[in-house]
Amino acid sequence: MKVLVAVKRVVDFNVKVRVKADKTGVETANVKMSMNPFDEIGVEEAIRLKEAGKATEVVAVSIGVAQAQETIRTALAMGADRGIHVQSDAELQPLAVAKLLKAVIEKEQPKLVVLGKQAIDDDCNQTGQMLAALLGWAQGTFASKVAPDGDSMTVTREVDGGLETVQLKLPAIVTTDLRLNEPRYASLPNIMKAKKKPIDALTPEALGVDPAPRLVTLKVEEPPKRKSGVKVGSVVELVEKLRTEAKVIP
Amino acid sequence: MSILVLAEHDNASLKAATLNAIAAAARIGGDVEVLVAGQNCNGAADAAAKVAGVKKVLVADSAEYAHALPENLAPLIVELARSRSHVMAAATTNGKNVLPRVAALLDVAQISEIIEVISADTFVRPIYAGNAMATVQSKDTVKVITVRATGFDPAAATGGSASIEKVAAKGAAGLSEFKGAELSKSERPELTSARIVISGGRGMQSGDNFKLLESVADKLGAAVGASRAAVDAGFVPNDYQVGQTGKIVAPDLYLAVGISGAIQHLAGMKDSKVIVAINKDEEAPIFQVADYGLVADLFKAVPELDAELAKGR
Repeated sequence: MKVLVAVKRVVDFNVKVRVKADKTGVETANVKMSMNPFDEIGVEEAIRLKEAGKATEVVAVSIGVAQAQETIRTALAMGADRGIHVQSDAELQPLAVAKLLKAVIEKEQPKLVVLGKQAIDDDCNQTGQMLAALLGWAQGTFASKVAPDGDSMTVTREVDGGLETVQLKLPAIVTTDLRLNEPRYASLPNIMKAKKKPIDALTPEALGVDPAPRLVTLKVEEPPKRKSGVKVGSVVELVEKLRTEAKVIP
Repeated sequence: MSILVLAEHDNASLKAATLNAIAAAARIGGDVEVLVAGQNCNGAADAAAKVAGVKKVLVADSAEYAHALPENLAPLIVELARSRSHVMAAATTNGKNVLPRVAALLDVAQISEIIEVISADTFVRPIYAGNAMATVQSKDTVKVITVRATGFDPAAATGGSASIEKVAAKGAAGLSEFKGAELSKSERPELTSARIVISGGRGMQSGDNFKLLESVADKLGAAVGASRAAVDAGFVPNDYQVGQTGKIVAPDLYLAVGISGAIQHLAGMKDSKVIVAINKDEEAPIFQVADYGLVADLFKAVPELDAELAKGR
């Protein structure tokens, strides 16, 4: 079974983002970029499926600017076999990404496609579900466990209030949640090896997809700041203040 | 304009987040209609008809909707959406699962987790874990929107008298099957709707130590939550998680115990009305958002708090 993993280049999760003065977005120049953490979990899961003999090939796909190739290299260093880069400098929204991935999938014919449940930049949580819709496939979102078995796959999902298990017909889409696995670090020899692995280059035009955005961002602003509070000296003082000042406990 | 709101329910009753989604729909203006898709879901439909501001309740009662499988639900919603201006759902795991599928089938964008309605086509949504607020405008004919419940005060659960109309089921897509659920059983209120939440972080040191928080929670009628660090450390299950990648809460009182205050955690609780932080590290970032901070060893402070609350006034 061929597994395709989608990986996105995002501002590193440790970076404290700053809104641009002209309110057009957040500052991304000279900011550390990394693979979206949920996508790392996706790459790890695909590699584990291969190591377990369930997957035959792992293909990492990224869509975006030239530097997205670095993100693909990271996936290759972790253990993916080859990469596909759909290069575009335009703003790409989830629907456009889903359409581009669909076009790649029609060429590649994987049996399983793994994506992160959300990207930590736009926090949309849409692409996997949209891709499943466009392909007419089943979707196992927010997965904490996946078990492929022949023509179907059992997925345990993180839902409000606990866990849910569904059985999906393959081919299918899976989006990853935190507890699916803990991604490995790429070893130095594997980083060197990854440099020789092939990355195919494609464009939205070549795939016949119009990636124009549907939503217009009118402005991006700082969230309102909370005013700083007070330190209390003891538990007794805390409870007293919660009762008489904040009036939030009886 | 007519707005379709997908109800979140357990067939017998409505989930609280539905009321916030209905409130957001009411802010847009136009007729608010609620879709209750389930199996033997008359209880939920009757509850939806009583919600203030709802004009009509559409009921699709059939086996294929029993477990809200998105493969089955999406075609039903898509058909209803074509003659409406907006489709909305609360940004619960269920709403997040099904609505993007609907949007893609309609070939429209989805606007995720709005916290404010500016106009019928313009909305505010947090990005970068709430470190920036984006105002976005949709040019699509049908606006597909998920609603962050904490952004909108809930619609009144009573006072409405909507008509109830049956809609035909569309059959199962044959792609997926529900196998089972393991829901956490708790006598305490649900995290996202609790008036008071007490959460523990890595400082709790073990899952066992969460009993300290549970004891306080029971005295306050509070829900118990956790930071991602506590979940990653295996202290508590993931459905306890408050933060960018977990649940978003905005209770009247949020007590953060042994939580340092990583950006990703703050994203999930910083809209709480009153925030209390108990942490032994006075430099912890959580104190920057806390209304009341107590620098103390939690293993001493929490039992003291428990005893103080037990005394009553």
